[in-house]
Amino acid sequence: MRRIPWSGLAVLAACLLAWEAWAYWRRDLAAYFPPASEVLVTLGQMLGSGELTGHVAATMKRFAEGYFLAAVLAVGAGLCLGLWRWLYNAFEPLIELLRPMPSPATIPIAILFLGIGDEMKVAVTIYACSWPILLNTLDGVRSVDRVLFATAATFRLSPWARFWKVVLPAASPQIVTGLRVSLAIALILVTTSEMVVSNDGLGYYVLESQRTFQMPQMYAAVVALGVIGYALNRLFLMIDGWVMAWHKGATRREN
Amino acid sequence: MLEVSGLKKEFQPLSGPPVTAIGDVSFRVEARQFVSIVGPSGCGKSTLLQCVAGLMRPTAGTVVLDGREVTGPPEGLILLFQEYNKSLMAWRTVLGNVCFGLENKAGLARADREAEARHYIGLVGLGGFEHQYPWELSGGMQQRVAIARALACKPQVLLMDEPFGALDALTRIELEDTLLRLWESLRSTILFVTHDIEEAVYLSDRVYVLSRRPSRMIEDTAVDLPRPRNQLASREDTRFIKLRRHTFELISKEMAQI
Repeated sequence: MRRIPWSGLAVLAACLLAWEAWAYWRRDLAAYFPPASEVLVTLGQMLGSGELTGHVAATMKRFAEGYFLAAVLAVGAGLCLGLWRWLYNAFEPLIELLRPMPSPATIPIAILFLGIGDEMKVAVTIYACSWPILLNTLDGVRSVDRVLFATAATFRLSPWARFWKVVLPAASPQIVTGLRVSLAIALILVTTSEMVVSNDGLGYYVLESQRTFQMPQMYAAVVALGVIGYALNRLFLMIDGWVMAWHKGATRREN
Repeated sequence: MLEVSGLKKEFQPLSGPPVTAIGDVSFRVEARQFVSIVGPSGCGKSTLLQCVAGLMRPTAGTVVLDGREVTGPPEGLILLFQEYNKSLMAWRTVLGNVCFGLENKAGLARADREAEARHYIGLVGLGGFEHQYPWELSGGMQQRVAIARALACKPQVLLMDEPFGALDALTRIELEDTLLRLWESLRSTILFVTHDIEEAVYLSDRVYVLSRRPSRMIEDTAVDLPRPRNQLASREDTRFIKLRRHTFELISKEMAQI
């Protein structure tokens, strides 16, 4: 049984109370700073009426498509780059050039080539998510211990068996690290691209509410995005704790 | 059955002339013998084993196992490392680790593989630990897992690269005796590299002494001690003490020249 994090919950409650109190104290800000209670009530109403359902679904669909495609592509590319030194040497300058570029900068280019639909949003999400996954996978493969490689060799493993039984599991903790970082990035890019151009999705909804002065709705959608991000991370950690239990145990032992 | 002739190994450092790790080493290991190689640190003992294991190509010379020249990791030969914590797979249980080498053998069903693995886990004294992970075990137990994994493949030749070098003295004694017991019952050939002279003499039929880099063989002595060996009786035997002294003098002479 997990212990309830009382202190954490207390800080959270204190922040909500401060928000509430400040909003009441500064009634002059009411037009754009509604109290927390009002935002939460609005969120509840929106969920109840189904007003948000379509937007949440649109955002989640783009998120899932972008994230999973990025995972497949970037893990694959990272494994190849990690296994073949010459391939890494060939691509390193390109990677180092593209990687530091802020990913939202690709949105206008993606619009030119892919239009303003889902393809564009999924494409920029894939692009942005790929970097942490790619670089972590690459690093994971390259840091597989030489003793482990020598062990695979002395047991006469075929290259294929060596890959599946040694390289992939040994690199998996770092691959998971990359996947976790990208989880947040995927949501950022989906939301941003929806803000730039869209007619549905939570990013669109947040900006549209702001432009039409529906402040409680805007805050409610922001809160919804926060909750989604939190839930995705918790889900990820749950699966991680289950699949990578061996790694948790091994690293805890080392420390 | 294992014959190393004229083996030489050079390494090319990032800058400067090539470094000769192994100058010219030749020796034979007969079937079912326990042979140890000792030498001052940095004399290329590990490099030598890597060449014998087919993991590294020598610059010159040959390694012949049962009449066939070694050009890659040969069948029937396993190299066991000192770094058990890196060589074992942290994502596999003890059973999974010992099964690892058997998975390569065609026509062995999963159940047979596990039965075989359990047998060897029992032999190294780890019965009951099959479902533990390596990191849940002590260092000595982990090295036992690695030994079981190697022996389960029934190698004709087992190469051991300072296998007990990272263990404390008592664990080491325990594992030495386990290894001797297994070697005597399984009758495989062992080529054992160590920097511990006493360990080499205690375990072996023959002790080969290497010079400092670039290494040559400077001594080949037969260990004339009765088997089974005993930690107290064998080590107190005058022949043991003489041999230890002789080997120690050879190596300290080598080290004095550095």
